[in-house]
Amino acid sequence: MIHWIRKLGAFAIEQVAFLGRCGLFLWLVLRGIGRPPGKTWFVLQQIRFVGSKSLFVIGFTAAFTGMVLGLQGFYTLSKFGSEGLLGSAVALSIIRELGPVLSALMVTGRAGSAMCAEIGIMRIDEQIDALECMAVDPHSYLVTPRLLACLIALPLLTSFFDVVGMVGGYLVGVELLGVNPGSYLDGIHSSVEWEDVFMGFVKSLVFSVLIIWICTYKGYFAGYDEGAYGPEQVSRATTNAVVLASVAILVSDYVVTSILI
Amino acid sequence: MNSSDFCTVEGLDSYYGNRQVLYDVRFRIPRNRITVIMGASGCGKTTLLRHLIGLKPCRPGQVLVEGKDLGAFNSRELMLYRRRTGVLFQSGALFNSLSVAENIAVPLRVHTKLADETIRIICSIKLHMVGLAEFRDYMPSQLSGGMRKRAGLARALAMDPEILFVDEPSSGLDPITAAGLDRLILDLRETLGMTIVVVTHELESAFQIADQLIVLDYGRVLVAGTANEVRGSPDPRVVQFLGRQADSKPPDLGKYRASLLQ
Repeated sequence: MIHWIRKLGAFAIEQVAFLGRCGLFLWLVLRGIGRPPGKTWFVLQQIRFVGSKSLFVIGFTAAFTGMVLGLQGFYTLSKFGSEGLLGSAVALSIIRELGPVLSALMVTGRAGSAMCAEIGIMRIDEQIDALECMAVDPHSYLVTPRLLACLIALPLLTSFFDVVGMVGGYLVGVELLGVNPGSYLDGIHSSVEWEDVFMGFVKSLVFSVLIIWICTYKGYFAGYDEGAYGPEQVSRATTNAVVLASVAILVSDYVVTSILI
Repeated sequence: MNSSDFCTVEGLDSYYGNRQVLYDVRFRIPRNRITVIMGASGCGKTTLLRHLIGLKPCRPGQVLVEGKDLGAFNSRELMLYRRRTGVLFQSGALFNSLSVAENIAVPLRVHTKLADETIRIICSIKLHMVGLAEFRDYMPSQLSGGMRKRAGLARALAMDPEILFVDEPSSGLDPITAAGLDRLILDLRETLGMTIVVVTHELESAFQIADQLIVLDYGRVLVAGTANEVRGSPDPRVVQFLGRQADSKPPDLGKYRASLLQ
C-alpha cells in the first residue's frame, strides 16, 4: 500500500516539475524578446525557413482542401437546392477553421520537427552547454527568434492558404460542377466578415506559440528524462514533438473557437 | 584560501539522482598555472569540470572562486563569471550552422558592441593563434577532428578569458596533432599568463603540460601535487594508473547489473 502511495507521490511531483519546467522555458523565451543579441537577421532567416520554404506544401494542401470542400459542399447543398451557397460554405470553413489548423499542422510537420531535431542535436553535441559557458542565454539565442519568425510567418501562410483554398473551391464548384460564378463570389463577399478573419488570425498566433513552445522544448530537453543524450533521444523527442504539437493544435482550436464564437 | 589561487574546491560531493559520483573532493587551482585533472574513464573528471564551469550546480561552500561561493552565485553573477572563462569541449561543440569565423564571433557579437570589421579582425587573430587562419570560412563539418578542437579553442579564447577549461584535448587525435594542442596550451600559459584547467586521461600529455596534477579515482582525489610528487606516490591505484596495469580481478558483472537495476 505504502509502495503505491509513494509511487503516486513521485508521479505527482514529476508532473508538477514538468509543468514548472515548461512554464519556465516559455517565460525565458518570452523574456528574450527585448534582450540582446539583436535578432533581426536570425528572425529573417527563420521567416525564410518557416514561411517561404513552406509555401509550396501549404499551397498544395490548400488547393486540394478547397477542391474537396467544393466537391463535398456541392453534393450536400444540392440536396437542398442551395448550390448558390457554395462560396459561403467554402470560404467560412477555410477562413474560420481549416486554414489556420491545416497550415499549423503543415508547419509542425515541416518546420517544427526540423527545429526540434536541430536543437536536440545541439543538446547532445554540447553546443547548448557551450552557449551557456559563453554566457549566452540559449533560450534567447535559439528559441526567441524562432518564436518571432513563426508569429510573423504562420498568419501569412494562413492567409495564403485561405486564398488558394477558395480558388480551389472555385475551380471545382464553378468550372467543374457549373455553379454560377457570380453567386460563388458574392457568397464569399456577403458572408465573410471581419470577425471570421480575426478568428483565423488569433488561431494562427496561438498555434505559432504552441508549435515553437512544444517543438523547441522537446529538442532542448531531449534525453533529459532518461539522463542519456544520444541520437535515439533526439529521434524520440522529434516524434513526440510532432505528435504533441498536432494534438495541442486541435485541442486549442476547440478552446479558441469556443471563446471567440 | 591563498590569494594566488583562482579557485578552491572544498569537500565537493556530486550526485546523478541517487548515485554519488564525487566524494569530498578538495584541491585548489593556482593562478597562471596549468592544473591537470586525470583519472580513468568514469572516475568523475568531466562531472568535476561541469561543477567548475557552473553547468552543474554545487552546494554552497563547495567551490570558491576568488573567495566567492560559486554555489551561491545568482544568475547575473554566474553570467559574469562565465564571461571570464573559456571552455573547450571534448567534441569542440562548434555550431554546425555557422562557419568557423562565425562561431568565434558569437560571444563577441553578444557581449560587445564592436564593429563588424573589428570582430572580423579579432576572429582572424584567434584563428591565427590556433593555426587555422586559412579555414575561417569553412563549415565545422568540413574540418578534421583536430581542426575542430583547435577551432573550439579559438572560440574559447575569443573573449580573452582569465581561466580556460579544456576537456580531453588529446582524445581521438593522432600523436602529432595531440602534441600540437599541448604546445598550444603551454604557449597560452607562457605568453598570456592564463590559468588553465585540463581534464584528460592521456598520461603523456598530462605530465608534459601540468604544473599541478590531480588524480581522481572512483570520485575521490587520490593525490594532488607536482608531476614528481604524483610519480612518487605510493598509492597502489596511482601506481597502477601510471603503470597502465589492468585490474587484477575482472569487473564484477553481477554487481554491476544489480547496481543498474537498483
